[in-house]
Amino acid sequence: MRYGLLTVVLLVAATLGGCDGGVLDPKGPITLAERQILFNATGIMLAIVIPVALATLGVAFWFRASNARATYRPDFIYSGRIEMLVWSIPLMTVLLVGTVAWIGAYDLDPPKPIASSTKPLKVQVVSLDWKWLFIYPEQGIASVNHLTIPVGTPVSFELTSSGVMNSFFVPQLAGQIYTMAGMVTHLNLRADHSGTYRGMSANYSGAGFSDMVFKVDAVAPDSFAQWAATTRGAGPVLDAKAYAALAKPSQAVAPFTYRSVANGLFVDITSAAMQSAEGLCVAYPKSMRAER
Amino acid sequence: MNLLGKLTWAAIPFHEPIIMGTVGSVGAVVMAALAWVTLKGYWPYLWREWITSVDHKRIGVMYLAFALIMLVRGFADGIMMRTQQAVAAGGAQGYLPPEHFDQIFSAHGTIMIFFVAMPLVIGLMNFAVPLQLGVRDVAFPTMNSVSLWLTATGILLINVSLFVGEFAKTGWVAYPPLSELQFSPGVGVDYYLWSLQISGMGTLLSGVNFVTTILKVRAPGMSYMRMPVFCWTALASNLLIVAAFPVLTALFAMLLLDRYLGFHFFTLDAGGNAMMYVNLFWVWGHPEVYILVLPAFGIYSEVSATFSGKPLFGYRSMVGATLAICVLSYTVWLHHFFTMGASASVNAFFGITSMIIGVPTGVKVFNWLFTMYGGRVRFSVPVLWTIGFMVTFVFGGLTGVLLALPAVDWQVHNSVFLVAHFHHVIVPGVLFGAIAGYNYWFPKAFGFKLDERWGAAAFWCWFIGFHLAFMPLYVTGLMGMTRRLQHYDVLAWQPWLLVAEVGAVIVMAGITCQVIQLVMSIRLREQLRDTTGDPWGGRTLEWATASPPPAWNFAVLPRVDEIDAFWAKKQRVLAKRELPGRQRTYEPIEVSKNSPVGFVTAFFAVITGFALIWHIWWMAGIGLLGASVTWLAFMFRVEDEVEIPAEQLGRFDRTHPLEVSL
Repeated sequence: MRYGLLTVVLLVAATLGGCDGGVLDPKGPITLAERQILFNATGIMLAIVIPVALATLGVAFWFRASNARATYRPDFIYSGRIEMLVWSIPLMTVLLVGTVAWIGAYDLDPPKPIASSTKPLKVQVVSLDWKWLFIYPEQGIASVNHLTIPVGTPVSFELTSSGVMNSFFVPQLAGQIYTMAGMVTHLNLRADHSGTYRGMSANYSGAGFSDMVFKVDAVAPDSFAQWAATTRGAGPVLDAKAYAALAKPSQAVAPFTYRSVANGLFVDITSAAMQSAEGLCVAYPKSMRAER
Repeated sequence: MNLLGKLTWAAIPFHEPIIMGTVGSVGAVVMAALAWVTLKGYWPYLWREWITSVDHKRIGVMYLAFALIMLVRGFADGIMMRTQQAVAAGGAQGYLPPEHFDQIFSAHGTIMIFFVAMPLVIGLMNFAVPLQLGVRDVAFPTMNSVSLWLTATGILLINVSLFVGEFAKTGWVAYPPLSELQFSPGVGVDYYLWSLQISGMGTLLSGVNFVTTILKVRAPGMSYMRMPVFCWTALASNLLIVAAFPVLTALFAMLLLDRYLGFHFFTLDAGGNAMMYVNLFWVWGHPEVYILVLPAFGIYSEVSATFSGKPLFGYRSMVGATLAICVLSYTVWLHHFFTMGASASVNAFFGITSMIIGVPTGVKVFNWLFTMYGGRVRFSVPVLWTIGFMVTFVFGGLTGVLLALPAVDWQVHNSVFLVAHFHHVIVPGVLFGAIAGYNYWFPKAFGFKLDERWGAAAFWCWFIGFHLAFMPLYVTGLMGMTRRLQHYDVLAWQPWLLVAEVGAVIVMAGITCQVIQLVMSIRLREQLRDTTGDPWGGRTLEWATASPPPAWNFAVLPRVDEIDAFWAKKQRVLAKRELPGRQRTYEPIEVSKNSPVGFVTAFFAVITGFALIWHIWWMAGIGLLGASVTWLAFMFRVEDEVEIPAEQLGRFDRTHPLEVSL
């Protein structure tokens, strides 16, 4: 009964996940491989777990006290063979699933570049209270709460935080990675299908956390170039002063873009976060919150 | 200088109707209870028999009472969260604003782990371990009372946070930098830290007490390999407490230094590093999971053996598996943050160690299965919870192994898939076990059984409600729903969250059935009375004394020559190869005297904790001084034991005859 419920849940999840753009509906090589690992491991374990659950119910039912046909064997308390078996079954499973884990951890390691003939696009990500800043250092532009990337091109992310820890997560394109102030984490992904995907912070970061959601537009490379050109044509400039204004806490910020970005801003943000407010780099104050 | 520190009238949330309503109704219930006790003149009785009692059985019962009350509080938080998420879809904001919702999920996690699960297992260990070991008390009875009342202090402080000030808005893990002064300047995090520091001290003392008791205080002849498996799991659990809780205490001390004295352990600036907090938190946090689950495994072992009428299958294997889990639990903490950017080798290593811990756990499931095989299984309430646990837990284990795969974890970490997983192992793994233990040992504690029909109804409500509440979260988790969302924009999640809400309501029906079960059983206690001391056909020594046991547990300490000595003796008596009981010569025994030290310490701990939270320094000084004077006075005590004369022991045995005694 219980296994039935879980199977139903998984099946329904597969169908619904399929049309709703979650983990089970991958749109890139990384998430495709991650879903395969999820399926493989689930399959291997269900082969053990379902029989065990059924056997538990079966044994309990057959050996119920009122069943006169069941043999009462109070001396059946040890069997070397059974012990051998019950230690080996989980051990073998772990050996199998452990190999899957080991290979997956290396192959899909977030900092590992994606092999491709196309030159990867660089994007620098900063999580702020409570919005996302995406800097395109090669294009010299930036965008808030909206990420545009070219389809079929690997994207290489450098990520940091202005203050509290967040987690950058686009379920259909890549696994998540934490953003931490004063530190840079790395993530690589590629979108193989154009479309709009949901991105979010996966790690709770305070009052505005629920709105730290952004859209990822995966568009054809030409459209991307066009978008970059258009963006360069209009909008404010992201310099130290504009960043200080942006870093102030705000919630549910509508997406907008910056036509140019001060050189080395990302590096300054990562180092500024490590210094005290009275320190040298007052130009980039950490996000301060007004609470009671 | 402000005499009351940061405390002002603004700390009372008068403008929050939900909170003030709760304050009003809870306050009314508490006042009514106090008035009733006063009118009935129960205070002297309560003071003499319960509050100052150092009897491990009484202390165990009080732990359980606190835990069950806090279960209601924690569940209320849970169902409020479920309701909020059921309605706050699309543009809707629900009925809880973020600052309130964030406190609720932080309080829910903190309360359920520290003030429900911990007192449940510690209470059951308190009640059962000395009885199973065939001894008269734990190694340090007064310290045991201190442990209990320090836990109660934590419970009181966390509840005060509802009415005076606020609770943490950081999640129950309180990761910095969010929990640092810079981002959480309010008193919420201080309530969290001080209530856990104080109750954590109590837990550590409990751990020391039980390790000492199990290693040094056992009935004559009870060698390690003759101990009941519950005692083995209690030993493993308390070894973990002794090793893990100091880490938590040190960690919180560092965060307190950051917050109070401007240190920089985990701050953004001056070289602080939040990753150290995350590591140390889980160095405590993962063993904590096994601190909770191992005693529950012990209960399942006792229940499956007793109600199958068979010894536990593969006793040595079970002991080995328990100790293996005890050691391995220290090698897996990094799987809580595969998403922090560690190297592939580190992630892979901790992924595999996390899976390996599934091996001894799997062995245990198989051994319970073979314990029932060839038995005569009686489907009493504890068995329902045990079988319910087995068929549920294996699937929770499955999703746990999925989360141990770094490549899968990156996709579902911090999602409600993770929330579903840990409820899927902790609810059946700890709560079902504790409820099984509560139904199993209740007749021993009070001399009458709990009603079976309401007990079964409670089980089915919990079992069905649990699955309805948490299976949908796996689905929405795979659909990309992260945890701790006050509102969300994906309408496709909402139907699933409505199903989860229905599940939570069914669980509430289960809790209601348990309340009715208790009330009905007390009213029908004469029909449910057990005069034999052995209502279930037990195997271990707690069933070899009267129900409820006298203060001294055993007038003459039982002599143990084998595993399940009580069962073996009953078999020999049945086969008429031995007389029901040996000839007894009574000698006067000494039992520990009641002591108010625990309660008085807790009184001063409440003052100290509250004062430190609100920066009322003079009051903190008074609290610390008071506690120190209490301990000094205790140290200079002249006598701490009372003698029970031999004739009183003989008289008790004659009025409470047992069919078989060791």
